[in-house]
Amino acid sequence: MSLGYLVSLLYQYADSIAFLLLAALGLMIILGVVNVINLAHGELIMMGAYITTLTYHRAHLPLPLCMALSTIGVGLFGMLLERFVIRRFYDDKLGALVATWGVSLILSQGTLLVFGPSLESVPLAAWTFSYGRYSFGGYRLLLFVIAIAIVLIAWWVFYHTRLGVRTRATMQNADMARALGVNTRDIYLLTFGVGSALAGLTGALYAPTTTIVPLMGNQFVDVAFITVVVGGGANPIVGALTSAALLSLIATPLSSTLGTFSGRIGLLIAALVVIRFLPRGISGYFQDIRYRRMARGVS
Amino acid sequence: MSGALLHVQNLVAGYGTADILQGVTLEIWPGEMVATVGRNGVGKSTLMKTIIGLLSTRRGSISLKGESITHLRADQRAALGIGYIPQGREIFPELSVEENLMMGETINCAKQSFRYDLVYEYFPILRERRRQVAGTFSGGQQQMLAIGRALVGRPTLLLLDEPSLGIQPSIIQEIGQALLRLNREEELTILLVEQNMRLIEHVAVRAYAMDKGRIVANLTLEMLKDRETLADYLAV
Repeated sequence: MSLGYLVSLLYQYADSIAFLLLAALGLMIILGVVNVINLAHGELIMMGAYITTLTYHRAHLPLPLCMALSTIGVGLFGMLLERFVIRRFYDDKLGALVATWGVSLILSQGTLLVFGPSLESVPLAAWTFSYGRYSFGGYRLLLFVIAIAIVLIAWWVFYHTRLGVRTRATMQNADMARALGVNTRDIYLLTFGVGSALAGLTGALYAPTTTIVPLMGNQFVDVAFITVVVGGGANPIVGALTSAALLSLIATPLSSTLGTFSGRIGLLIAALVVIRFLPRGISGYFQDIRYRRMARGVS
Repeated sequence: MSGALLHVQNLVAGYGTADILQGVTLEIWPGEMVATVGRNGVGKSTLMKTIIGLLSTRRGSISLKGESITHLRADQRAALGIGYIPQGREIFPELSVEENLMMGETINCAKQSFRYDLVYEYFPILRERRRQVAGTFSGGQQQMLAIGRALVGRPTLLLLDEPSLGIQPSIIQEIGQALLRLNREEELTILLVEQNMRLIEHVAVRAYAMDKGRIVANLTLEMLKDRETLADYLAV
């Protein structure tokens, strides 16, 4: 095996981790904090891609600005969604599932009606570099850097700010947080907004790499759900990172030798195996170990 | 209106179709430490939960410093200065001790500064172990943490639900001392639910006796010092 092949595998591994992280992180944060499975997550990603593509082609704005607009726009849309729809279903998890599914149908079909079956894609930046016989896309590496940066920022907010302390407290015991003066409704509203903004950013970032169609969310949402199930909602950040790293480790060699389709099958099988043995996902398993240790009185 | 700090009038509340509280009326004056006593299941904890707002009021009213808080959410009531310490402590197990204390900062939004100094002075162990994960604390340490968490935000009224539950006697005594000092030196008003006779007679100036969701007697200090009278109200 040549060094070039190893570098190429590593590149594909990074690319896969970035895709899983960016696709899943918003979904996972919403599941972990708000405890709602957002079936409209893929359509929020689609919305981000559409905003970027439309502002780029019709308003002729620079691409990074289009992407920022996608992030902010979808984040605000998510907050409206929480305020007027999701909030009514906090005591009814199945209702929330159906409601978000309804929203996803309205968004994808509405997009089809308004913008037709497809849009012209945003051109992909042609930064490439090569190593040995292999050539790599610089944009893909940028995506990996952005994905890692987002995880680091999320970790910092979660563990090193007052907002993070309040959010984690709300996850552990919402009633007690409320009784101490935390407006948990605001925490849920903000979390839903941030999760949606991450979906919007994901759509924006991948807009130059894919075809822009109303059902494009699906290609993100299936891997996003696999990543979430494997990672577990107990700790969205640890869950997303470990799950993306593990799943990519399985999918990358499969995709590179047998093709993308086999890679997806590998992901599904890996997810089935993980939830057979760790029903609450990797972060849920870590949490169970911590609670068992606490019960024995060791830290 | 009277000058009572907390005024509860004909309060009815409960779970599902059952009314646990069936018209509770009580008044707490500024600077008092008042106990609520009664057998298990007469509605003492339900009363505390309804005062802080985790259970909604079905009928009747609650007012703090003469202002009605009946229609406010729990977090809004806390922001007005009510510190709630629930039965079973309910500390956040996966947060550190310091982060648990930080959660009390949102109590009483009118305050100028936090009282970490006071909390650490009363319970030095919380300073020593401030980086430790709170779930690893013993029951007594968790109780100190739950009290400290409420004190950080300078509450004007403390609701304390059975602090002695599942805690060894030496720590109960330590907590009793801390409550007395808080009441005298910080002029903190405290409403306490308790079954431990020694703790009640040690700290309370008077008590309400509850039965079947109602206040059935107003016990004076002399009655509290009389073991038999008190035992009658606590006995099954």
